Amino acid sequence: MPRFSDLDFTARSSSVPRVEEPKNRERTVDPAALEMLKVAQEHGVYTAYDRAVAQQPQCQFGYKGICCRICIQGPCRIKADDGPASRGMCGADANTIVARNLVRFIAGGTSSHSDHGRHIARTLLHLADGEAPDYKIADPAKLQAVAKRIGITTEGKTDIEIAKEVAIEALDDYGRYGDQTCTFLTTTITKGRQDKFKATNVGPVAIDRSVVQLLAQTAMGVDSDPVNIIFGGLKASLADYTGMHIATDISDILFGTPKPLVSEANLGVLEEDKINIAVHGHNPLVSEMVVSAAHKLESEAIAAGAKGINIVGLCCTGHELLMRKGVYIATNQSSQELAIMTGVLDSMVLDIQCMMPSVTTAAECFHTRIITTNEIAKFPGAIHYPFDETTAMEDAMAIVRLSIDNFKNRDLNKIHIPQHKNKVVAGFSLEAMLDLFAAINPDRPISVLTDAILSGEIKGVCLLAGCNNLKQFQDKSHLTIMKELAANDVLMVATGCSAGAAAKAGLMAPDAVDKYAGPGLKAFTKRVEAANKLTTGGLPLVFHMGACVDNTRAADLVTAMANELGVDVPKVPFVASAPEATHEKSISIGTWAVTMGLPVHVGTMPPLEGSDLVYGVATQIAHDVFGGHFILEMDSEVAAKKLINALEYRSWKLGVHRDAAEKYATSLAQGY
Amino acid sequence: MALDKIYEGAVKEGEEPIKLFKRAYDGTVIALSYAEILLTQALKEFGPNAAISYPDTAYYLPVMRCLSGEAVTKLGELVPIMSRMREQVKSGLNMENAMLWGEAVLYAAETIEVLNYLRGEEPKAGPWTGFLGDPVVRKFGIKMVDWTIPGVAVILGRAKDSAAAKKLVDKLMGQGFMMFLSDEIIEQLLEQNAKLGIDYIAFPVGNFTQVVHAANYAFRAGMAFGGVAPGERELHRDYQRRRVLAFILHLGELDDVKIAAEMGTIFMGFPVITDQELSKDMQLNDWYISEPDYDKILPLAFEVRGIKLTSVDVPVPVNVGPAFEGETIRKGDTYVEFGGGRTTAFELVHMVGPDEIEDGKVTVIGPEITDIKEGDKLPLGIMIDIYGRKMQEDFEGVLERRVHYFSNYGEGIWHVAQRDLCWLRFSKDAVAKGWKIADLGTLLLHKYKQEFPSIVDRVQVTLITDQALVDEKIKLARERYRARDARMKTLTDDKVEEFYSCLLCQSFAPNHVCVVTPERVGLCGAVSWLDAKAAFEITPTGPNQPILKGTAIDNERGMWQSVNEYLRPASNNTLEEVNLYTLMDRPMTSCGCFEAIMAIVPEANGLMITTREHSGMTPCGMTFSTLAGTVGGGLQTPGFMGIGRTYLVSKKFIPADGGMARIIWMPKELKEFLHDDFVERAKEEGLGEDFIDKIADETVGSTVEEILPFLEEKGHPALTMEPLM
Repeated sequence: MPRFSDLDFTARSSSVPRVEEPKNRERTVDPAALEMLKVAQEHGVYTAYDRAVAQQPQCQFGYKGICCRICIQGPCRIKADDGPASRGMCGADANTIVARNLVRFIAGGTSSHSDHGRHIARTLLHLADGEAPDYKIADPAKLQAVAKRIGITTEGKTDIEIAKEVAIEALDDYGRYGDQTCTFLTTTITKGRQDKFKATNVGPVAIDRSVVQLLAQTAMGVDSDPVNIIFGGLKASLADYTGMHIATDISDILFGTPKPLVSEANLGVLEEDKINIAVHGHNPLVSEMVVSAAHKLESEAIAAGAKGINIVGLCCTGHELLMRKGVYIATNQSSQELAIMTGVLDSMVLDIQCMMPSVTTAAECFHTRIITTNEIAKFPGAIHYPFDETTAMEDAMAIVRLSIDNFKNRDLNKIHIPQHKNKVVAGFSLEAMLDLFAAINPDRPISVLTDAILSGEIKGVCLLAGCNNLKQFQDKSHLTIMKELAANDVLMVATGCSAGAAAKAGLMAPDAVDKYAGPGLKAFTKRVEAANKLTTGGLPLVFHMGACVDNTRAADLVTAMANELGVDVPKVPFVASAPEATHEKSISIGTWAVTMGLPVHVGTMPPLEGSDLVYGVATQIAHDVFGGHFILEMDSEVAAKKLINALEYRSWKLGVHRDAAEKYATSLAQGY
Repeated sequence: MALDKIYEGAVKEGEEPIKLFKRAYDGTVIALSYAEILLTQALKEFGPNAAISYPDTAYYLPVMRCLSGEAVTKLGELVPIMSRMREQVKSGLNMENAMLWGEAVLYAAETIEVLNYLRGEEPKAGPWTGFLGDPVVRKFGIKMVDWTIPGVAVILGRAKDSAAAKKLVDKLMGQGFMMFLSDEIIEQLLEQNAKLGIDYIAFPVGNFTQVVHAANYAFRAGMAFGGVAPGERELHRDYQRRRVLAFILHLGELDDVKIAAEMGTIFMGFPVITDQELSKDMQLNDWYISEPDYDKILPLAFEVRGIKLTSVDVPVPVNVGPAFEGETIRKGDTYVEFGGGRTTAFELVHMVGPDEIEDGKVTVIGPEITDIKEGDKLPLGIMIDIYGRKMQEDFEGVLERRVHYFSNYGEGIWHVAQRDLCWLRFSKDAVAKGWKIADLGTLLLHKYKQEFPSIVDRVQVTLITDQALVDEKIKLARERYRARDARMKTLTDDKVEEFYSCLLCQSFAPNHVCVVTPERVGLCGAVSWLDAKAAFEITPTGPNQPILKGTAIDNERGMWQSVNEYLRPASNNTLEEVNLYTLMDRPMTSCGCFEAIMAIVPEANGLMITTREHSGMTPCGMTFSTLAGTVGGGLQTPGFMGIGRTYLVSKKFIPADGGMARIIWMPKELKEFLHDDFVERAKEEGLGEDFIDKIADETVGSTVEEILPFLEEKGHPALTMEPLM
């Protein structure tokens, strides 16, 4: 059944080229990146943009998900609709192969996030045990709130005692051997979702187990039922959610819950006369310490001839720092190599995820020092400085000194900083959003948002998330969708590289509201702005909610909205979009968001077109069962319309149900 | 047409709809896997002995009960059934397999839905119905299978826009169709304020697999009215194909699961028409077809399902049809009302001579709608003069009662009670569409001519809204009522020469025979002796035939040679003898349409009665639905019997068993319904004015243990009567 108000839209994508202008290496709409691509060319350095062109045409078996490499009898490909070539050697058909390949992406994404979350939870435990003295409980109120939510009594206990219990409860979610569903899942979702996950047996009891089980399930010769495989994937995706929620909660406890603040974004934030250190990756355990260490070593930098130290962020570890410390965002994923080519980046400090192996190659032509810090992420040709939480500050200072030490190696002939940067108002944790709304309604802050939707002032909320993907032009889809949604009165929250795109393009600056927002969104934003005494110079067009691991903040937002409206998530006018999905993490996030009951747009086709069954389950049947579904749409202009349609459809249905409840004097229908 | 022939030509050689079959197969895999996941999880949570059921039904999980006979009551019993279904799904893309997939999907949907009930997620908030209980099936099921309701439309998905959805549904409703609605067509209709719900025979069942409630409704008809035994899969399919004139309208984008479920409907004999364009490899000739034009989609559906519309359009500004029969006009929706104790009103059918009538004339004397304002009340006299060569004075009452049905057929017209107690309302909507008082006359006039062509040759209707004239004419009406009542008193079983048979229900209950006597109304409550007599005049070869009484074999129990002789062939030789006046020995059979059921309660030496409207438990340990499952289908079941409500106050109410003194329990609502007549009869029987208060009801208790002390305390006569058994 169509889930859009306009019936011309279907579950199938528009027929636009899947790779935009495949021979054009200038695959970005970011002016700073375009400028730096010329610099790269001058220096003869190949970047991701060149490699994207070189990879064309890409393998269509892999693209459609019908290449099976699970055993070494393969690779097998589905080459025909019937006959022996319609199955792999073991007999697996397209449905099985596509389902298996797809959920193995989820297993990967879940592993990424949950390992990140575990690292943070273990740090909290070490802190409580006195073994990580350089960390502290930066936000005791958040600690109390998390403890209370997960059922830990706090009365008469010190923060450290509570922290230990919270850490253990979080770590229990990784390896529990009983049958209780993960605590950080069940305590953060609606009653409706709890019941739904129970009935459909998709609630994970242990994060690690759900991943191991999924790999076991999808091994050669085990599960061939595509639906059962998908349900295994759903369970792992909810484990992903759990690990993410743990990561966000405990990062807030350790480093503070974000509050509105001002910063800047794009390569123009690099400063020629300062030591520039780019922190890159996802985990704030390292980057937070680097920021603190840099403050301490300011004098050493001056002694080295610089005017100080300028920390900039790349990818999500940058967003973690932007959200909490106001650290600049240099750029997002696709253009990470280009930061090196400014000639002023003295070091790039890596932790985990989304870091291109090619940064070392780029650095060979420049002076930038690449420093890896994590035992699971080492780059040949880079310095590896094993970062240890028990000696965190010492390690961070050593890393900063490696950067200061490199200042002298700059080649002054190779310096080129593109003068592009924009103001960013960031720091919108859910707590910060609710504080803003509380200025209007202190008793039920979230009702400020839901009332605005019910009254039609705004159409709903869209979470913009996900990566860069060079099948398209970097940032183009993000920005096209954001501008179109803004003009149609959709309130936007953003995370990760999507937030990076918005920040670089100035969509997180207050003046973007005047420029792009439709009358309803403008009125709403200005009303909230007027009720609050802001030091940020106003509210942004797109609200920055954090790194990609912080997508659970958006999930908490929709859960709060659902509870306020007295409905389950599938009835809330709330959508999500990953216009340039790339990483396995985006597939696991997208999958849990669908399972939570959200329509989720993905602007780059995941490998599932080889199975009509899997495609149909993802885009249609998922709604019937969970209330969410994928919108796989490659044309960003059509995608924006589909997203708006999906919101209108939900508002329409909710409105009809509310009227029906009144007319028939019954409780509100819970169907979706 | 034989069942194995109906799909001939559906698939043309060389043009196999491979894509349709592929999608149906995929959808089947999805549905079965999903059902299995839910079932296994439920077993883990609730255990195999957990009770599962739909509310208000004696047919267990009707899809399974019907097709394979299992009486599923426990969760664990679903496992082998669903295993069997999984096993019957083969991957070959052909029609034969597609039918098996469809069947399996019906089972999967039934499993998924009953688990929703187990988890307490059903029933839904109104107007969504979820599963429709047996009382609803019985209320409309007969009209469905005898084609009073011309067809059944199952509409799922979402129409191209809400206005188009309403237009389609209005059209169907106006033609009297039964409708099952699933998915967002429901929201579209709610948005348009369309009429929805049980009252309009337009059931918004829910979303997704809830559309199975259309299938489990239809399947119950075969068991309840067709007398087809549970598990007779092919006979049930044959019954569905022949008697249930259903088709599926699939609106909006297709998906695999819906396509698979639609193979299930084709398995039942119901074709699918979609508004989506279908490529060649997505079509099954006459079974899975496309018609994107909403103006053409219904005619096409009727054509492929063989539905012939016989009703003649009545020239009034509102829709007319049985779909509106149950419609209630609330005070707030009323434009004008008549009678009901608020104003003087009466209705009178009067037989006249050929010269006293101007055929087709409708006259309004007094104010019309245009002369009054919203919220006004008017007096009303409805005077219907009828001339017919075969008309008899005895038919006046029969025809007069039709005023109630005919006027309720009008959309926005509401009528209750009869004679000088009648009460009518016209809704604001109806008046807004241009409905006038004169239109009531037009409606009645057309319906009389349409439904009684052989006894009604000429009709004229006079509608009086002038107070003085109503006051004058009501005297005449009351005179006629008195005369008729006096005549009725002379019509007793002993005094008439003939009884009448009623085989009306044999279209769906092939072995059942009703014998209607002056003192025993048909068990449906709708056919009295005079009705049957009139029907015989209308159609001498029809379902109501006179049975010349002759001499009784047993006066007390009510057995006549002539009745037995009629019975044997009429029941297809399944019944030899029948007693009309006892419950205990070779009693009358039941078709399935009974208004009430009586059953013996041995512990109290009496019997209890429950009604279709009473959904609660009764002292015999069964609800109406469960009882109905045991007494229907044309079988003699001593101790249990389906009856019409008013049979209780007949002088011939089981005289051989001791008459009304045996009644020890009945629902409070039935007591109130019959109250005055019942008290009157009790006095005649010498049981005293307060006998009705000695009978227990649900406020006293719903088990024997609960009511026995009450009966003893009140000194109920049954306790001291001679033993029933």
